[in-house]
Amino acid sequence: MDIKLKKKASPYGVKVPENKLSDKIPIEPAPLPDKVVIPLQQNIGAPCKATVKKGERVLVGQKIGDSDKFVSAPIHATVSGEVTGTKMVINPPTGQLVNALIITADGKDEWLELDVPQSPESLPVKELLTRIRGAGIVGLGGAAFPTQVKLSPPPDKPIDTVILNGCECEPYATSDHRVMLEYGEKMLRGLNIIRKILDPKAVYIAIEDNKEDAISHLEKLIANSEFRDDFKIVPLKSKYPMGAEKTLIKMLLGREVPIGKLPLDAGVVVHNASTAKAIYDAIYEGKPLIERVVTITGAVKQPKNLLTRFGTSIGSLINYCGSMNKGANKLIMGGPMMGIAQFDLDFPVVKGTNCLVVQESKLREEHDCIRCGKCIEVCPMGLMPTDLARYAKAGRYDECKEKYIDDCVECGACAFTCPANIPIVQYVKVAKKELAKGATR
Amino acid sequence: MTPDNRLLISPGPHLWKGLSVNKIMYQVVIALMFPTGAAIYFFGPKVIPIMGVSVGVSILTEYLCKKLRGRAFIMDGSAVITGLLLALVLPPSIPLWMVAIGAVFAIAIVKEAFGGLGHNIFNPALGARAFMSVSFSAEMTTWTPTRFMPDAVTCATPLNESFVWQGSQASLYHALFMGNTAGSLGETSVLFILIGGILLIGLRTINWRIPVTYIGMVALMALAFGQDPLLYILSGGLMLGAFFMATDYVTSPLTNQGKIIFGIALGLVTVLIRHFGSMPEGVCFSILLMNAFVPLIDRFIRPKPYGVVKVVKKVSSEG
Ligand code: SF4
Ligand code: SF4
Repeated sequence: MDIKLKKKASPYGVKVPENKLSDKIPIEPAPLPDKVVIPLQQNIGAPCKATVKKGERVLVGQKIGDSDKFVSAPIHATVSGEVTGTKMVINPPTGQLVNALIITADGKDEWLELDVPQSPESLPVKELLTRIRGAGIVGLGGAAFPTQVKLSPPPDKPIDTVILNGCECEPYATSDHRVMLEYGEKMLRGLNIIRKILDPKAVYIAIEDNKEDAISHLEKLIANSEFRDDFKIVPLKSKYPMGAEKTLIKMLLGREVPIGKLPLDAGVVVHNASTAKAIYDAIYEGKPLIERVVTITGAVKQPKNLLTRFGTSIGSLINYCGSMNKGANKLIMGGPMMGIAQFDLDFPVVKGTNCLVVQESKLREEHDCIRCGKCIEVCPMGLMPTDLARYAKAGRYDECKEKYIDDCVECGACAFTCPANIPIVQYVKVAKKELAKGATR
Repeated sequence: MTPDNRLLISPGPHLWKGLSVNKIMYQVVIALMFPTGAAIYFFGPKVIPIMGVSVGVSILTEYLCKKLRGRAFIMDGSAVITGLLLALVLPPSIPLWMVAIGAVFAIAIVKEAFGGLGHNIFNPALGARAFMSVSFSAEMTTWTPTRFMPDAVTCATPLNESFVWQGSQASLYHALFMGNTAGSLGETSVLFILIGGILLIGLRTINWRIPVTYIGMVALMALAFGQDPLLYILSGGLMLGAFFMATDYVTSPLTNQGKIIFGIALGLVTVLIRHFGSMPEGVCFSILLMNAFVPLIDRFIRPKPYGVVKVVKKVSSEG
């Protein structure tokens, strides 16, 4: 198949205030927590069962939860210490309650002996996949979909293109940006592993043009590496939600993913920049996924990019950044467009946590739709958000379905623009939940 | 879990563009100041009471309607727009009590009876004007000259058959463009309507598609009927209607494609009414007529959803 590269700005979406406060701030390790709370489900798919018991001593990197389901990823201890209990927490990707293990750290940070392969480059595909699953890697862009699943397309669906997503179009978020700058080489090696597994015809690295430094840095790295002819960087005009998988595919390749299907149905696999770095760690260093870069930003004294162990409480990270500013009253996990407001400072950082934004905000009143049509103009999925909200509000969920609510990626571009301040995404989420309930009944 | 009551919970997105309904409405009000100013300039301060009564009664009616319906009254500016627009489409000699009745009709019947802002089918100001044309037909067609016109005895608008212009064609265009001609308060000065309209297009408050297709279609149709397209465009309520009435969010189609269809249809209907109908002025009625078709347009003209190839129902072959 001939791949035509379309390098243009998206006609949809919105210009958002970018506020990348921390894009010049180097990654630093967060202080080791005294205690971690590790939910046994941090991915989309099946939850894990604990493989350790209360009272047991665990080492960093030791597996503490696993599942025999295909769509799942094991969970590892992120500190060394003793399993001291369990508690129920909300799993951010699904919103359901899940069990979490509490590990009280002993402060020694003792690691499990890592299994570093002799020549990682020559491992067979099957072994690579096993190692990626074993390391518990999920998509680190926020969706937290198990990575090895994305890397195992069914044989009847050939993948011709791999896209590494370095768009990071969410305002404030800078973790991918810093990873590209500071771990660029590792990320490219990780991407090369992805290439090995999927054997595509083309590999693109998509980066928004508000990250010039990352673009030129990676360009240099690629030019001086053996990936010279394989990897191609595609700068994109920054506009939200450029980084949404489906719109990104359309932008780059002019292809659309069929409704209700996955990118692999269009012959494409998209991986996040930080995920590629995690793949490097797993394959080259034998390191399971126990930490990630989290941007702490917004109304805090000192915004930072912190390499954080999973299970660290979000409150302790905020404190480490000099606590919330006076008047700040909202803590968002994820970026400000798609993130979820938290009510509990004890909530742990999980695999999908790319960003914590502190905000000073007021509740705004919802008005009736004035039919301005602005939401339709910005919707990257070609939907009529006003109709979806109206039907959902009236409980007419079947009509939502007829109007392609499944297509909605919940990017929030519509609600961002809406003069009547209608929480369109919220209505969509409710309708989707109700429809899912109806489907399983 | 220990809910922290310092933390505010609200659904995302947690950023907002900040362009509120109020802001949009007041942008329109500001843009309307240009034709309003032109009206005062050309017809003299005597028209200010018409505007005052129209706006005042509109706001008051909205307030009372909301109170009656048990809803909160929000000074969102939409009543100001309706009041101003209504004043601008009335003749300068209209008695004030009629203005008041028109304003009550616009807000109470055309807008609030349908559910208020966002729910009305017809443009309130135009609905009221149509009502007044029927109820007070004599007063609604009595045109007085502007302050700068030679003392004309009868004063027809350029679209009337009895209209005679003693001067060159160019001076006629000039008069129409500037607004030195008989007509409704705010419909005459094309120049000032254009300033306001272009301001709104520049601010992206209104969508250029409706005025451009509407006016373009009128010109084309006029040509097709062997009429003077420039005269058709410059005279009557076309400019005010195209920029400020047909673009009313609530009563125009949602999508860009829908807006184009709407504009084209408006142009068609307007010229047909002007050409074949008994009324020389077709703008008001064509917009009202097309308002009624908006739900239909919105039903069928929708953007193509991402990833939907064909909307053919798959015949189940597995079953
Ligand atoms: S309807 Fe869904 S996809 Fe479209 S703009 Fe709104 S949130 Fe994004
Ligand atoms: S942006 Fe808001 S007010 Fe405008 S049409 Fe969409 S839902 Fe209605």
